[in-house]
Amino acid sequence: MLDYIRKLGANTMHSIAVLGRSGLFLWHSLVGIPDFRNGMPLLIKQLYSVGVLSLVIIIVSGLFIGMVLGLQGYNILVDYGSEQAIGQMVALTLVRELGPVVTGLLFAGRAGSALTAEIGLMKATEQLSSMEMMGVDPLRRIIAPRLWAGFISMPILAIIFSAVGIWGGMLVGVDWLGVYEGSFWANMQSSVSFEKDILNGIIKSLVFGFVCTWIAVFQGYDSVPTSEGISVATTKTVVYSSLAVLGLDFVLTAVMFTAF
Amino acid sequence: MVSNNDALNSGVSNSGVSNSYVEIRGMSFSRGDRLIFNDIDIDIPRGKVTSIMGPSGTGKTTLLRLIGGQLKPRDGTIIVDGQNISRLKRKQLYLARERMGMLFQSGALFSDINVFENVAFPLRVHTRLPEDMIRDIVLMKLQAVGLRGARDLMPSELSGGMTRRVALARTIALGPDLVLYDEPFAGQDPIAMGVLVQLIRLLNDALGMTSVLVSHDVSEALSISDNVCIIADGKVIGQGSPKYLKEQGSALVKQFLQGLPDGPVPFHYPATDYKTDLLSGN
Repeated sequence: MLDYIRKLGANTMHSIAVLGRSGLFLWHSLVGIPDFRNGMPLLIKQLYSVGVLSLVIIIVSGLFIGMVLGLQGYNILVDYGSEQAIGQMVALTLVRELGPVVTGLLFAGRAGSALTAEIGLMKATEQLSSMEMMGVDPLRRIIAPRLWAGFISMPILAIIFSAVGIWGGMLVGVDWLGVYEGSFWANMQSSVSFEKDILNGIIKSLVFGFVCTWIAVFQGYDSVPTSEGISVATTKTVVYSSLAVLGLDFVLTAVMFTAF
Repeated sequence: MVSNNDALNSGVSNSGVSNSYVEIRGMSFSRGDRLIFNDIDIDIPRGKVTSIMGPSGTGKTTLLRLIGGQLKPRDGTIIVDGQNISRLKRKQLYLARERMGMLFQSGALFSDINVFENVAFPLRVHTRLPEDMIRDIVLMKLQAVGLRGARDLMPSELSGGMTRRVALARTIALGPDLVLYDEPFAGQDPIAMGVLVQLIRLLNDALGMTSVLVSHDVSEALSISDNVCIIADGKVIGQGSPKYLKEQGSALVKQFLQGLPDGPVPFHYPATDYKTDLLSGN
């Protein structure tokens, strides 16, 4: 029993220490005078590898999820003679929930794991140490551009995901199942509010982008510099990011869409 | 016969403060429960080549990282060019490191850029030199290490020895005041090793640098060193000029410098009796 309490205490202390380290890590990475001359090319490079290279998985997933939503929505709504509301259903589901959440999960799996593995390998091969010894802060040079790239890319990816998803829903609902196109778009236009739905969806994706990228870069930077250590860190990135996205989604949904 | 003055003239024990680029006083450092350094004093004379030697696992690379401020000592002080390196704030530490260079054992080249860009990296970050001047400096540094022709290769296309030579070119790109070399001769063929030995000495003298060299290649390191520091069991077991240590050093020092298998320094890591271990079955 005493041993159990000791282990519990040690684990708690360890968790608090990791949390503290990650906070300091974030502070040193982001707080300071920005260096646009050196920083901008690095940011553009990271926007490409974090954002542009994630486009394929985002577009394909968005398309299929939209198509499935269209199909499922039609099958349910047709029983009530309300299949005209399919556009409204697909759009609200994507913009409010599935867009930010699924993009967050895909982002963690595709870009997050790549960031962790890259930074972990840089640590294991002493590239980060050599940078430090050259008087270059790796937190500003390596971590900060990746953090900003994740923060900027994620809402754009979520918007693309939702747009492609709506198009997928239209393909199935209108082109395949014969729902009247005018009703599809008109219902969507009348029921989707920019401030309540689209803006809140973007805010969600900003939060998810920030948290997922923070977890990914910190896990890489804090990893044990061995092949096993990098493997563990990459797994942690995907697991922690996915849990964070789902947990935060509930909290944000409660705050944004519940009328207390 | 070498007098003790020979050791003192090398700027080791009683040299004035201003003559030492690095002064380590009463420094202790441990990793977990393992004590790596126990209350050691070391002086690295300014403008000289100092070799740090000792058996494997005695913390020679750790000592370089302590001097570079990447690790903090448990006790004691490490003064680098008049600054207590372990007490510097983050920004001051990075400024101090701009005057240092460290050659890592693995080379630590940036794997996403080619040889030319690796050597140009510190110049691009810390200076605003025009591109044609950066090109000239990089080619001069690469010529010095014999790899001008390899400028377009990626680090993954280099051998271990070539990687370390490119890393050396990058280390000296900015002309630092203090250069820390971690095993610069490992993996080099005899020709490259001979050139590197001369290059380290030449750079030190021509640019007025201070060099700290960690190496197991005793004859090469001693041939270019003004000062040698030998570490074993967390203590400094000998400091002085190579000549002084060869002739006046303790049995421990002589065993290490001559590479003798029998002596005070054990070959085996501490363990239970060999016979008992084999017969125990577990």
